[in-house]
Amino acid sequence: MSYSSLVSITDYSKEQMLHILKLAAGFEANPNQDILQGKVAATLFFEPSTRTRLSFETAINRLGGRVIGFSDASTSSSTKGETLKDTIKMVSNYADIIIMRHFLEGAARYATEVTDIPIINAGDGANQHPTQTMLDLYSIQKTQGRLDKLKIVMVGDLKYGRTVHSLLMALMHFSPTFYFIAPEELLMPNEYKLICRENNIPYYEDSVFGPEVIEQADIIYMTRIQKERFTDLVEYEKVKNLYILHNYMLNDSKNNLRILHPLPRVNEISQDVDDNPKAYYFEQARNGLYVRQAIISHALGLV
Amino acid sequence: MNTKYVKGELQVKALENGTVIDHIPANKLFKVVEILQLEQIPNEVTIGNNLASKRMGKKGIIKIADRFFEEKEINRIALIAPNAKINIIRDYQVTEKKIIELPDHFKGIVKCVNPKCITNNEAMESRYDVLSKTPLVLKCPYCQREIREEELQLL
Repeated sequence: MSYSSLVSITDYSKEQMLHILKLAAGFEANPNQDILQGKVAATLFFEPSTRTRLSFETAINRLGGRVIGFSDASTSSSTKGETLKDTIKMVSNYADIIIMRHFLEGAARYATEVTDIPIINAGDGANQHPTQTMLDLYSIQKTQGRLDKLKIVMVGDLKYGRTVHSLLMALMHFSPTFYFIAPEELLMPNEYKLICRENNIPYYEDSVFGPEVIEQADIIYMTRIQKERFTDLVEYEKVKNLYILHNYMLNDSKNNLRILHPLPRVNEISQDVDDNPKAYYFEQARNGLYVRQAIISHALGLV
Repeated sequence: MNTKYVKGELQVKALENGTVIDHIPANKLFKVVEILQLEQIPNEVTIGNNLASKRMGKKGIIKIADRFFEEKEINRIALIAPNAKINIIRDYQVTEKKIIELPDHFKGIVKCVNPKCITNNEAMESRYDVLSKTPLVLKCPYCQREIREEELQLL
């Protein structure tokens, strides 16, 4: 695997994470620079994701680099039966870095094994999406002024939500206290709770999303509860309205509290929260640009 | 008809030089043959299966003439025959006994249980990290899925 690839958030040490966050702050202050001039980045989206692709392509364009690629596997040769290996090898002849999203889990890890150019994982199925985690960390650091010893409340689908799992792993370095708020069917998996215990990270679990937990929170990380995750639809109907954040629920919350969400949201954050200064999810998405500028230039060894 | 175990009587012809893999579960014998790729070697191979065993009821045994395996090679059968005994024979004498040990990492043999894993969709070799030996827990380094003994599917 090439040294500078980013496949999983656990590929970064604490020092590397902090370095990327520092670089990202520099790009936020000055987003238009020429450091990718003469470089070609390939964005290979075997699965469409307009939001993520535009964020990456904007990051490259603002740094003076050029972009090749495809936004949908149906327009690529993989529909003709080309293997992932062959596509990656072919594109490696043209580009300096590959940014890829794939519907298969482990696709990005495998890609690092067949090429020498850096691979940035922009999502592989339900597995990893490390640049999302880095932008989450950046948003937390920016709004709280620190990463250490924060009270982080994670709400909704904690079982299948890859963003909460990766964020949990990243925050292991920063002594957080976790509150896992989820219905019975979507609890945080045991392997992550075990990791918390092994690292002496305190966590509390509750199925009630109520004032006690909201009043303590520094960060509330909301996620979407998807109907298709439930084997029992009666159970879904019972819980679907219990994990919605309304503006009135924030009345007694701390001043520094910020609400994060990986987006897209459906109804888990009520529209009336949007105008509350504690709502941070739209700015959070914008931070993705600076973080991706940092990750790409770091991967290419240019900063 | 039941085969009776008679002490002192060899159930399979003695080997002059080579390797004997004994105490293979009878239903795993041909899997062991496959994993060690014995069908591809020119050496004399003697296979006995469903032989009477006091400890196992029925067992399989494989004798391979003039062939001595590297530990790495032989350990590949640890997943399916963890209690197999390896005897190295030189001049009709057992000169060395080896115990099979599951390595910390291995390639192939097992199919990842996740249908959306890249290893099940691309012509490539699967790979595993062994998180725990007893109880057996493997982890696919590609899709990160943990695989427990009861879900194990051999390739």
